[in-house]
Amino acid sequence: MTSRLGGSVFDGLKFRKVSSPIHNLDPRMKFVYVIAVFIAAILFGQIIPLVILFVMQVPFVLLARVQRQWVRSLRGALFLALFIFVINVAGNFFTQGFALTAKNWEDAGAMTLRFVVLVESFSVFFLTTSPDHLGLALETSHVPYEFSFAFTTAVRFVPVLAEEAQTIMDAQKARGLELEKGNFMKRIRNYIPILIPLIVSAIRRSLELAEAMESRAWGATKNRTNLYALKLRRGDYALLAIIVGLLAVTIYAFIFLQVPTVRSFLGFP
Amino acid sequence: MTLTVEDVHFSYQSGVKALKGVSLTVKDGEFVAVMGQNGAGKTTLVKQFNGLLKPTKGRVLVNGTDTTKTSVAAIAKTVGFVFQNPDHQLFSETVEEEIAFALRNFGYAADVIEKRVEWAVNLLGLSQYRKTSPFMLSGGERKRVALASVLAWDPQVLVLDEPTIGQDHQQKENLRQFIVQLQTQGKTVIIVTHDVEFVAECSPRVVLMREGKIVADGAGKDILTDEKVLAESSIVLPQVAQVFTYLNIPGFPKNVIDLYEAKQLLKKKLERN
Amino acid sequence: MAVIETHNLTYTYPGAAKPSISDVSLAVQKGEFVLITGPSGCGKTTLCRTFNGLIPQFYQGELKGEIKVADLDAAKHPTYEMAKRVGLVFQNPENQLFALSVEKDVAFGLENLGFPRNEMRKRVDWALNLTGISDLRDRSPHEMSGGQQQRVAIAAVLAMQPEIIVLDEPTSFLDPLSAEKIFEVIHDLNKKLGFTVVLVEHRLDLTAKYADHIVIMDQGKVRFDGETREVLSNEEARLIGVGIPKATLLFEMLKKDGVPLDGTTPLSSEELANMLQEAMLR
Repeated sequence: MTSRLGGSVFDGLKFRKVSSPIHNLDPRMKFVYVIAVFIAAILFGQIIPLVILFVMQVPFVLLARVQRQWVRSLRGALFLALFIFVINVAGNFFTQGFALTAKNWEDAGAMTLRFVVLVESFSVFFLTTSPDHLGLALETSHVPYEFSFAFTTAVRFVPVLAEEAQTIMDAQKARGLELEKGNFMKRIRNYIPILIPLIVSAIRRSLELAEAMESRAWGATKNRTNLYALKLRRGDYALLAIIVGLLAVTIYAFIFLQVPTVRSFLGFP
Repeated sequence: MTLTVEDVHFSYQSGVKALKGVSLTVKDGEFVAVMGQNGAGKTTLVKQFNGLLKPTKGRVLVNGTDTTKTSVAAIAKTVGFVFQNPDHQLFSETVEEEIAFALRNFGYAADVIEKRVEWAVNLLGLSQYRKTSPFMLSGGERKRVALASVLAWDPQVLVLDEPTIGQDHQQKENLRQFIVQLQTQGKTVIIVTHDVEFVAECSPRVVLMREGKIVADGAGKDILTDEKVLAESSIVLPQVAQVFTYLNIPGFPKNVIDLYEAKQLLKKKLERN
Repeated sequence: MAVIETHNLTYTYPGAAKPSISDVSLAVQKGEFVLITGPSGCGKTTLCRTFNGLIPQFYQGELKGEIKVADLDAAKHPTYEMAKRVGLVFQNPENQLFALSVEKDVAFGLENLGFPRNEMRKRVDWALNLTGISDLRDRSPHEMSGGQQQRVAIAAVLAMQPEIIVLDEPTSFLDPLSAEKIFEVIHDLNKKLGFTVVLVEHRLDLTAKYADHIVIMDQGKVRFDGETREVLSNEEARLIGVGIPKATLLFEMLKKDGVPLDGTTPLSSEELANMLQEAMLR
């Protein structure tokens, strides 16, 4: 999903190797933070708190020095966000007999903003957490090793598979295969000479990997150890404090406070 | 058939400058070995020959046609390319189908396809495997299927990317003889390889590359025995040349790569003593 | 003392019409450097995989005969146990590396075996040092050349400190210079550290000089098994179609033409050159 606005949502998912305090935080804590933001975003349906939540991400982005990528993913997300906004408004418009209230506009805006907050907080997470770190987080949590292994191995082989796909395309192009020609059905069939070698190669590769794994004592013991360890440090405890604070304020406000709406400031019902 | 490379520069999308001003002409019926370390630009160069890669600066002409002005499929009719790993090409249910694939792409008539498949299958000794699935064949046999599928349309130029990798002695010998056979048929053969011993046995024209440039271009005999040039390009001397370099006998020709020639020279020298 | 011993070993892959290896009986002594070679399809790759139990445990199929590796019955003991005694390095460097950093890959076997962290650290550093890649410890596998990747694979096997290291055509995908470097590393491991090495290779021109003992296979059977120089100077061995080093061939050709040359069969260009120089000074 690359928006013509120049930026793809996927830009926000690629890890950027930079040394920053945010990069060095324990990925488990970062993940809990994202979940906390997620919960807060779900609980609040009003624009003002959602704006606050959004703005809360900015210092993290700046500290992590990933502004450019983050903004790029924002632009990509904006396209989808606009779509959500329009759907919401249109939905209300048609179900209420072609009329819209100020509440409708505000709710649509909130819905859109909620989507943006969710996408962008995840974006910060992925931009600042390397696949290694993620894998390590999975390994040290109580996820069965098979899953974290599958995850890290998959990430490790993505660039390899991408290159292989390119080589296969080149090889078939050199045999006269023209991928751009033909009607829709023909184009799909044209991908068979690309997919089959790719799949066969993937199967062969997994067999070789399995052999190597077995030869390096895979399955020797259930109590697998780890070369690395994840330790919580000051920064992580600081983040924990923020998480607790955020959740506390959210729950308090949700139960006890009447959250002001934009339209009430503007004098709408 | 003439292949002309005019001051070609090429950079990948990642920014890596793979070719920094390469010029070269390959004439009809030549046998050329493009050599050099990994990363020197060999494969990048030969991929310009069939238009898989287009120059960022400069141009490549196949029989006078600029490669940027036609499609890969069109150039492929003249320049056949056999990739290093046959498994990157094989996808059909039978060997026959595999060989017919390119012929169908090029739009040959059904009866012509039948004849060509028959010819290619016999040429590469695969007749008993016609109806076999290519995936059931051994590594060496799959390589032959890939070769057959490219030769089927009888391209004037054949480019082989690292054809000797993983091959045993006999298979390499078969390949060498096959190339000789192609040459007698007037075909132009270009191989990309780092197998010095194989090149020493074939003694082709050698184009030696280093860091995106051609650093030597001439008879295999001369280039493969030039210690200085080879060392700069991280290539090892062929064993026969190594012996002669160690011996360092004044008056002895240095550019010996052929076993028989070496034997004759040494025999004479030892008998004189 | 034999660290690998096989008696009439025969193996047929599941669904195959005939065995891939038949009646293979050989012995590898402790500390030896053994070269196993032969034309494609001769069974050398199959044989390798019996040494750590991949055959028959991973591949199933039918295994007949006996095989003892490091005093264990390789067919019966689980591969993860064999892994502590015999390490296997494969042909394709890319498909042996799973982790996202070199260090983690080298530690993989130790993690599987449940080693404590500080012990792993020590062994990982030691293995990286031996293979000369300590400065690459934080790199990701995809950013490295084939030669570097293969050295990581060797380090990963070394970390488990097996007695025996088996390498199945480890340099197939590498250029001659990188291949030479790998062989030098292996040679050092054998001569300086006493690892028993079993190397399956086609490139005899680069490896024959390192081997004490060579085994030539053809069509599943062992055809020649003995001291390297003896075997390679045998006319019949040449007929099997293995890539005899050119220096050896040249020597044989000169001898056949009646040129008097003293000394044992040369396996490298240096040996032949020295021999020729001596002959010329006479």
